[in-house]
Amino acid sequence: MKKLLLSAILAFGIVTTANAEVGETHIEDFDFSFEGPFGKFDQYQLQRGLQVYTEVCSACHGLRQVAFRTLGDEGGPHLDYETVKAYAASNFEVYDAEKDEDRPAIPSDKFPESGLENAPDLSLMAKARAGFHGPNGLGINQIVKGMGGPEYIASVLTGYTGKEKEQAGTTFYENTAFPGGWIAMSPPLSDELVEYADGHNNDMYHIAEDVSAFLMWTAEPKMMARQRLGLISVVMLMVLGVLLYFSNKKLWRDIKRKS
Amino acid sequence: MAGIPHDHYKPKTGMQKWFHERLPIASLVYDTLTFPTPKNLNWMWIWGIVLTFCLALQIITGIILVMHYTPHVDLAFDSVEHIMRDVNGGWAFRYLHANGASLFFIAVYAHIFRGLFYGSYKAPREITWILGMLIYLMMMATGFLGYVLPWGQMSFWGATVITGLFGAIPGVGSILQEWLLGGPAVDNATLNRFFSLHYLLPFVIVGLVALHIWAFHTTGNNNPTGVEVRRKSKAEAQKDTVPFWPYYVMKDLFALVMIMIVFMAIVGFMPNYLGHPDNYIPANPLATPAHIVPEWYYLPFYAILRAITFDVLFLDAKFLGVLAMFGSIAVMALAPWTDTSPVRSGRYRPTFKIAFWILGFDFMLLMWCGAQPAEGLVPLVSLIGAIYWFAYFLIILPVLGWTEKTLPVPETIEADFDAHYPPKSSTVK
Amino acid sequence: MSEDKGNRRDFLYVATAGTGAVIGGAAVWPMINQMNPSADVQALSSIEVDVSDVEPGTQITVKWLGKPVFIRRRTSEEIKAARDVALEDLPDVDARNANASPVIGETETYAKDSNRSLDETGEWLVMMGVCTHLGCVPLGDAGDFGGWFCPCHGSHYDTAGRIRKGPAPENLPVPVAAFVDANTIKLG
Repeated sequence: MKKLLLSAILAFGIVTTANAEVGETHIEDFDFSFEGPFGKFDQYQLQRGLQVYTEVCSACHGLRQVAFRTLGDEGGPHLDYETVKAYAASNFEVYDAEKDEDRPAIPSDKFPESGLENAPDLSLMAKARAGFHGPNGLGINQIVKGMGGPEYIASVLTGYTGKEKEQAGTTFYENTAFPGGWIAMSPPLSDELVEYADGHNNDMYHIAEDVSAFLMWTAEPKMMARQRLGLISVVMLMVLGVLLYFSNKKLWRDIKRKS
Repeated sequence: MAGIPHDHYKPKTGMQKWFHERLPIASLVYDTLTFPTPKNLNWMWIWGIVLTFCLALQIITGIILVMHYTPHVDLAFDSVEHIMRDVNGGWAFRYLHANGASLFFIAVYAHIFRGLFYGSYKAPREITWILGMLIYLMMMATGFLGYVLPWGQMSFWGATVITGLFGAIPGVGSILQEWLLGGPAVDNATLNRFFSLHYLLPFVIVGLVALHIWAFHTTGNNNPTGVEVRRKSKAEAQKDTVPFWPYYVMKDLFALVMIMIVFMAIVGFMPNYLGHPDNYIPANPLATPAHIVPEWYYLPFYAILRAITFDVLFLDAKFLGVLAMFGSIAVMALAPWTDTSPVRSGRYRPTFKIAFWILGFDFMLLMWCGAQPAEGLVPLVSLIGAIYWFAYFLIILPVLGWTEKTLPVPETIEADFDAHYPPKSSTVK
Repeated sequence: MSEDKGNRRDFLYVATAGTGAVIGGAAVWPMINQMNPSADVQALSSIEVDVSDVEPGTQITVKWLGKPVFIRRRTSEEIKAARDVALEDLPDVDARNANASPVIGETETYAKDSNRSLDETGEWLVMMGVCTHLGCVPLGDAGDFGGWFCPCHGSHYDTAGRIRKGPAPENLPVPVAAFVDANTIKLG
């Protein structure tokens, strides 16, 4: 028995070290406002992120699950209705199946799909990627730091080293966060690429942070409601738990201390 | 074995008598709720109620999700996002349902290992045990079918890999696989039949659960001593038992609420922790994810499946893996007959205890192996883990039964209970 | 067991059961509410229709709340025909106009043409394209009165969408509608 245990532990250790050698990517743990049980989306950060998406990402990437009207939702970017209407109409055209033609988008429409075939849709990107893993397949990092979706996006956006290589006619760019180290997307961001109306810092790091927060919102627009549900139900159940604890104790007292 | 003597329902008013003679449902409810239950049950006996709650939770949230879900390859993924974004409270129902499956399996594993430790499978509770194994198999099937429905990358490739297992059966494999899928590959026909069966199987489970409860209400509950309730007279039986209502209802509810606190915290703050990020990417039959992993609750058996990497005689590794996987569950079902020990509870079996805890560790180790890429030492560790799993049920249980020197077992449940909670008279004096 | 002790015990049990009932009740409401119209459906409860391309004497049909809505730009002849009708000739004298609040004793809600049209001049007529008889969609530019004709059971509507002949009991209803600018009508 002991031998078996020993060999298992030994094996565990060897596999662990073997595993650590594979993924050499670096994901920075950004400090987002929505993290933690009391975290909230920063409405102005989401608005800045929307601006980055509109001016930069939307050239290639779609947001097909996201309806324009939700830009007005409380807990999200929280734009007023007229702004949403003007934003949709002036930036996007959608296909109208009833009229069989393209027309300017209206709030009840969704963002268009990706324009470029190999550019993935970004609606769920912040949930479809996990920045943090392990250690050793145990999942403890995800408990401590979160799944790391938005951190992954921000790390990829800021992770370019500047090196390039040609392979089968495609240019690849070296990236410290992307699995495999080489990504087909050319560096999309640079310092002062967008001009923020609110004067927020617009170096590359902050632009990446803002658009990643925005993409977390597009992936999980109900996060605030979800955390509220968690908090309220945990508190209510704790009250019920305390009451049940004492009820149970009282109920069993005569059985456990019979005279 | 005669049932435990206890009070039965007696209709009092004329109305009750009239109804009772035609449909004795009040009697059924009364006798089920007041069932005499050993009074020394510990906190490992709460999982039955947790499981019942999980079944109800999954059926209720499932029926709600079906109202908004569309089982079609072009629409399934988007309809799930529709639930997450537009349906009133839809995100909550979906996260409850997805994480509810995990709670269900945590509870069922705790329940099974409780049974293994305290010998709950032994005579006269073999039927209860077999029914439990059937419920567990149905749960595995239901969980797998349900995971396909969101039609993400893991849904699609999980379905491809698992149905591929049936394709490994020599001779009829490819015909069987095509029949299961309704075509040469996982596609719309597969999604629709999986949806239909995912809706059906929970109700089969409800039926099996009813039989499971009926069976152990016939034999009486096991308990941590493994000693049977005295049943020569009602007075004697009452010394060993308390009625299920209100004593265990209250205790189980307290335990359930404690578990619900953790569960709701997970749903509220980290609902995707137990899921896989790749399932938020729509299914793409042309691109396999780098690393296909089943949901955590299948991992130990997935590891056993992958542990066989060699051919034996005319059987190839793939088919042997499938045999090993199903066999690992089948040997559990055989435990009532392979365990030869005259002592029921592991509490009084020192050597068995060691073997049992190694089995528990083995289970966790296999679970970890199942999550790792099958590289390096993982297949070897899986193989060792799988061998121990089979050895425990087929060799260790019978051999220990013959050779083990066991500790003295208490005479009665009452004696065990009084040892823990001394009666007032003895403590005062 | 003393009276006092019994009361205290009862109170604990009642408090426990009460808290449990509150939590259970709180869980039930979302199960009911999930069947109410979802956010995407609610977003379509009000739509804006571009009418810049509608020429006099033509109409467009748009789908709103799952039903057809006729938006017709009437010619001066059609307006005149509608305005010349005497109220006695109308089977249904109610305007059936969701934009006009009915005031008892006043003629405001009577089915005269100016109470049916969207604008003062009477050029724009907006109404549900659902026959008030059994729910078929009437045909435009048809029927004995130059308005609409329902092919199912032969109801004739005039150029103001009022029932004139046939089994339909009521005028075609005018939904909540308004001009948001010169070229756009908002329904709902």
